[in-house]
Amino acid sequence: MRRDLVLRILAKLLIPFVLVFALYVQFHGDFGPGGGFQAGVITAAAVIFYAIIFGLPAARRFAPDWIVESMVAAGVLVYGGVGMLGIVLGGNYLDYFVLAHDPVQGQHRGIFWVEVGVAITVSGVMLKIFYKFAGRRREADQP
Amino acid sequence: MIGAHLPALQVVVPLLAAPLMVLVRRGGFAWLLATAVSWVSLAIAITLALRVYESGTISYPIGNWPPPWGIEYRVDAVNAYVLVLIGLVASIVAPYARLSVAAEVPRDQHYLLYTMYSLCLAGLLGMAITGDAFNLFVFLEIASLSTYVLIALGRNRRALLAAYQYLVLGTIGATFYVVGVGLLYLTTGTLNLADMVVRLREVQEIRPVLAALAFVTVGMGLKLALFPLHFWLPNAYAFAPSAIAALLAATATKVAIYVLLRFYFTIFGPSLVFERLPMAEILIALSVAAVVIASLVAVFQRDLKRMFAYSSVAQIGYITLGMGLVNEPGLTGAVAHLFNHGLTKGALFLLLGGVALRLGGTNIDRVAGLARRMPLTSFGIVLAGLSLIGTPGSAGFISKWYLVVGAVERGNWWLAILIVASSLIAVAYVWRFVEMAYLRAPQAGAAERIEAPAAMLLPAWIMVAGCIYFGLDTSFSAGGARAAAEALLGGLR
Repeated sequence: MRRDLVLRILAKLLIPFVLVFALYVQFHGDFGPGGGFQAGVITAAAVIFYAIIFGLPAARRFAPDWIVESMVAAGVLVYGGVGMLGIVLGGNYLDYFVLAHDPVQGQHRGIFWVEVGVAITVSGVMLKIFYKFAGRRREADQP
Repeated sequence: MIGAHLPALQVVVPLLAAPLMVLVRRGGFAWLLATAVSWVSLAIAITLALRVYESGTISYPIGNWPPPWGIEYRVDAVNAYVLVLIGLVASIVAPYARLSVAAEVPRDQHYLLYTMYSLCLAGLLGMAITGDAFNLFVFLEIASLSTYVLIALGRNRRALLAAYQYLVLGTIGATFYVVGVGLLYLTTGTLNLADMVVRLREVQEIRPVLAALAFVTVGMGLKLALFPLHFWLPNAYAFAPSAIAALLAATATKVAIYVLLRFYFTIFGPSLVFERLPMAEILIALSVAAVVIASLVAVFQRDLKRMFAYSSVAQIGYITLGMGLVNEPGLTGAVAHLFNHGLTKGALFLLLGGVALRLGGTNIDRVAGLARRMPLTSFGIVLAGLSLIGTPGSAGFISKWYLVVGAVERGNWWLAILIVASSLIAVAYVWRFVEMAYLRAPQAGAAERIEAPAAMLLPAWIMVAGCIYFGLDTSFSAGGARAAAEALLGGLR
């Protein structure tokens, strides 16, 4: 691992751009191809890339298991919470019309937070699956 | 204000409880929340049912998008009944689960089990309440995926195989369903069930509709374990954790039956399904085969859980038989049997969970002399067994009575005789338990009393009491079922 200088430096160079691209895909999802799912996958891919180059323990230090597992749940809560907000503000469940004074802007706002929730959960699930598979042998070796 | 949102909350409360449990990561908290959520679901279901019986169908547009375009939640006499059944079973199983799960599942997986329990509950309730064909598929997947996980959490390693088997067959079932819905969408251009009913009447080219009917039938047949598509069921029930087996036996297949009822009677309409096609004859033939063959197979099982799982396949046969009769008493019997059999099988699996806890398994040889060691559990199994057979005074009798009346009204005397005669096979397998538990002496050195803990016995006995109560007071079980049958048949005329 220590000898792969090119890979290590390239990874360090690339990962920030991958993360920024994920943010671009996330926030441009309203107007072009993209959205929470793709952004979540790209974010997770950045961490997986890091794990491949620098090893699984390093990745686990960066994104510990409990954070990953909480992300899986938190995204769903954000999504469902936006829906509940609709009820609190006097509309129906998942009603984004009431989220702002202008109904169209309300829809924008609602879908924005929904996409945030999707991104969190998707990247959490991707990492969880990766950790589960990558960590399999390690766990099996331990008594 | 909150009252108007009950249809959404019915699903959203258990759905949002699930991620909360993952965030907190405590088994005890997750159990408390799961119990609370189950009770809230029951309260919402009862409120909705009362409202439906009082003032008719409730429609709730999700996200305030009007129905044919947006997703609509629609509660009528049929699914209000199913919602109450799911809520009731979940509220009884959840308190029971704590000790049973503690004994059968590793500690660090408890919070995940209750997460899946909540998701499964949300999925089942969602399948019942939604008025949108594709939304139904999504909830079907939520319920199924969480069920696979729940089964795989069983103590025995064969639980993994059982879960995998169910995963393969369940996925095929869900795929067939969604292909059927796709064909319907193709011909009608709508996914809203109520809108689909209207548009299907105008469809000239009927071939895709027939294909959709075939796909939905096979897909839901797999999920509801219609004979001969039942091969996943016995292993799934036998190897899942006891509390989960009770939940699944009492609710999962029942919701799939509801979906099939909805598609046959409300959407495709009886004139297409039963007059142009020989679906009634097919259903009756398969149901009779299920009742006779699965009951006979149950008699020869060595494991009590497997025995009652095969008995479930047979009892599902009675329900589909009632569908095939296509008249009001037959349908009333079918819908009432959803409820009555749900209670009966739930009670049996809860009691067997106590047996598994104390004896380490439910093999028939282990229960020798059980009546002396676990008198309350044994007596409960006998009472629930009587309801399974359909003894007068028990819940099972009510639904079988309607089925017999339906068969006679249709002019099928041999069917009526067969319904009564097949109950004798149920006597045979219930008697095997009675013989072992009451007439055999306990094995040497195993005579001490080991009654199941009260926290497990009480929920189980509430279900047993329900089996008797709903055999005497049928105002909800049969009354609600008749309202459902009328709604199903009335939608067609």
